[in-house]
Formats: sequence, structure tokens, C-alpha cells
Amino acid sequence: MRDVVVLGVGLHPFGRFGAKSAIDMGADAIRLALGDAGITWKDVQFAFGGSFEVDNPDAVLGRVGRTGIPFMDVYNGCATAATALEMTADGIRSGKYDIGVAVGMDKHSSGAFTSDPVHYGAPSWYGEAGLFLTTKFFGMKMNRYMHDFGISHQTLARVAAKNYANGVLNPNAFRRKALSEEQILESPMLNYPLRHYMFCTPDEGAAAVVLCSAEVAKRYTTDPIFLRATALRTRLAGAYEVHSSSALIEDQPAPTVFASRAAYETAGIGPEDVDVVQLQDTDSGAEIIHMAENGFCKDGEQEQMLADGDTKIGGRIPVNTDGGLIANGEPIGASGLRQIHELVRQLRGQAGERQIPGNPKVGYSQLYGAPGTAGVSIISR
Amino acid sequence: MVLTSVPFAEDVFTWPSDNPQLIGCRCPECKAVFFPMQPSCGVCGSLEVEQLLLPTTGTIWAWTTQEFLPKAPYAGGETPETFKGFGVGVIDLEGVVRIESRLTESDPDKLKFGGKVELVIVPFRTEGDKEIVSFAFKPV
Repeated sequence: MRDVVVLGVGLHPFGRFGAKSAIDMGADAIRLALGDAGITWKDVQFAFGGSFEVDNPDAVLGRVGRTGIPFMDVYNGCATAATALEMTADGIRSGKYDIGVAVGMDKHSSGAFTSDPVHYGAPSWYGEAGLFLTTKFFGMKMNRYMHDFGISHQTLARVAAKNYANGVLNPNAFRRKALSEEQILESPMLNYPLRHYMFCTPDEGAAAVVLCSAEVAKRYTTDPIFLRATALRTRLAGAYEVHSSSALIEDQPAPTVFASRAAYETAGIGPEDVDVVQLQDTDSGAEIIHMAENGFCKDGEQEQMLADGDTKIGGRIPVNTDGGLIANGEPIGASGLRQIHELVRQLRGQAGERQIPGNPKVGYSQLYGAPGTAGVSIISR
Repeated sequence: MVLTSVPFAEDVFTWPSDNPQLIGCRCPECKAVFFPMQPSCGVCGSLEVEQLLLPTTGTIWAWTTQEFLPKAPYAGGETPETFKGFGVGVIDLEGVVRIESRLTESDPDKLKFGGKVELVIVPFRTEGDKEIVSFAFKPV
């Protein structure tokens, strides 16, 4: 399999943009990524476009150029962007194509996501009874995690405060106001132990990356950033996951654990080699759990790590340096490509005020979402 | 006016009944148990799943609260003004299966991991002369 390079990244800011369509945001992200890569749309041989709200992301072709290339639309829950990235990478790894684009775009209304539970294989009554909520799942999982591993409410607040603080430093973020741990702990409880300011919000935005073969990358850069691994996994029977009306008695690890192991194995590195991390912080509890599920600590060590500021910019292992989902919100199709955008900026030393010190070389990103799908990507210089 | 009790959905619990039970299913091949009934086994894919009435008692494996009014398809009939938060749990039904359910208790100080709970049939909403009932678990 051929090596793949992340040649360019582009990001349309996340937030609320009035009447601007998701398609137009996606087009902006593509133009930025092309400019960053130093290529034009005519150089692009294929693309994958991810979205939840847009049925056909390939409508973006009408904005950037109908060149006739294959453009594949993907949706895979909160792991949509990791899926678009992996499919694009596979097209290059296999040798079928040399240059491709992965783009994600979305434009959600505010408030928790909802849908028809029947489309998730759950009965209609599951929604009617008030059980079909992703936020409830995250509250349940974190409450048990706190019980099992001694994580405090203060630590939940520390994660959210860190991500809001990082958002202040990120001109593309949705939430750009610092919130104190006290303000976070005083916000209304939504799903115990998770409070209003501990959750991300569905919003709007787009992101794109240009991938190419290592051979082609030589034409454009002398300092390539390689996409070392991508891995996608779904839940095992037995895992208690989002929208599970029942689970087997014997519990199983979450799909992130398996995606993470597979990505490390492919990349030939371990968590100790990672310099900067992007995790799915649907809520601050999810970031805490995902730190362990991705191998960055043992269960329970997060309590001390957050107290010591280990995951802050300048800390031992910075997590969600651009503010993560908590400060950026979650336009589902774009979210994981925002993560890659931030990692690339950090690895190139282009992250401005939020640049981590120490010349980072390895970046790690993880997505997790309904109905129990995880995606992990690893990049390095 | 005497209200007629009607289950909020078919085939979720036995009703009317003096001792209602949740209706799950078991795969005779791999013994996996699911709730509610589903047409095939979620572990091995077998089409031979059999109905299984589930234990009415269990312990709280995990719990949280639902403190904002869920969007549709939620059908509790409350408004943002009348909505009162409810507890939600994953209940280990005597080692047979873990199921998600609303709890009758939503006070975090009264919900305990490993706490014993039992099935109750509870009013959900009223439609004309019908009282729509659903299931929940109640700490004992």
C-alpha cells in the first residue's frame, strides 16, 4: 500500500452563519484546502463528501467546478469525517488515484440531535418514552465511569474550562469566551453528571483536506505530513452504546478501543509517541473517557492529569488545542476534518496563539458517535 | 370517569396482567437475550429467536437524569413549563440482560449503583378516556 500525504487543509469557521448554505461553506473549505496544498480543483481526481443534513454533498461541485470526477457522498454518524478521510486515503493507498479531497459540511439547528429511532433499529416507543437521546447515553456512561474510577465533578468542569480557554485562542471557533470552572458547575444539569456548559452543541461549518500519494507530494512540498493510519470500528455485541435498548450482561470495550489499537498498530507507534491529540468531546466526560480509551492514560488517572494541567496547551499531552467540540460545536460531517486541520496546523507550527511548544511531530484524532461507531486517524511529519 | 389503561406500545410488556413482565427474546443458538423482541439475533444473526419474559427485578448498572424536555418523537405530552425531569437507568435484570428504562426516581441522592429496583407500570399520558401506560423501574 502506498503512503498518503496530507497536502492541504481548509476550514470554514464553525458557528452560525445565517442563510449561508452548508454547500457554500463546503466550497469555501475546499478552496482553502486547495490553496493550502498549492493545487487547483482541476488537479483533483476524486472526492468524498460527508454530511448529516445535506443529502448530496456532491452539489458542491456546482460551486468548485463540474469536472466529472467521481464524488462519493458518505454519512456515518459522528464518525462521518473519519470515514470520508479513510475512503479518500484508501483510494490513494490502493494506487487507483493520486490526488483526492475529503470534505465535510453541515448546518444543524440548535439543540440535541434527534431522528426516528426506527432508522437506528430501535422501536418507535424508545423515542416516544424519552430514551432516544445521545446526551442521556453520555451522562449514563460518565456517571458510571466516575463511580468506577473516582473522577470528580471538578474534573468535568476543568475539561470544559480548558476547551473554552482554547476556543478563545482560535479565530475559527464558535465559543470564544472563557468560562470559569465555577460558572460551568453552576450551569443547569442536563443529564447527570453533565451540565449545560459541559456539552458541545450542533452548529454549522465545513472542513476539507487534500490527500495525495507520497510521490506526488514531492512536487509540492519538502516537508510532508503523512497520514500514517486510519481505522474505523463499530460496537461489539455486549457493548452498552448509544441508542441501545438492551445490552448483553457481559460488558465489552467501546469501539474506540479497537479503532485506536488498530491505528497504533498500522502506524507502528504507541500513545507515548503522540505529541498533540484531538478527542471527541461531545461533553467533557467523553473527553475524559476517551483519554483512556485511546491509551493516553489508565482509567482514573485523568483526575490527577487535569489537576496538573497535563492536557492544556503547553501541558504534557495537549488535548483539543482548538477548543474541541465544546468550543467549536459539532457540524457532524465536518467535525473530524476540523480535527485534522488543527493537527496539521500544530505540526507545521502554524497554530498561532494556541501553538504547542516543542516542535510536535505526531498528531492523533478520534471520533465517536451514534450508534456506536469510532474512527481514529494518526498523522506525523 | 374510569380510565382504560392502554399500553403505550404493543409487545413491550404483558398487559393487562397482575404481574406484568417485559417481553424480550432469546436466541436458542447462542443464548443471547435482547429487549424488546427483535426479528433476529444481534450476536449470530439467527432467525430463530424466541420470546422470553424477563425478570421483574434487577439492579441499577448505570443511571442518569433527563432534565430537559426531549424533542419529538418524545410523546410524554408535557410542555417546557410542565416538564419534570426523570431518571433513566441501565438495569441488570438478574444476570439475564441489561435493559434501558425510565426510573421512577430522579433524585441523584436516592439513586445508587447496584441498588435494587423492580418493574412498575406507570401512567404516561392521557388520551380522552384512555390512560396510556408505560414501564419504569422503581427503587425498592
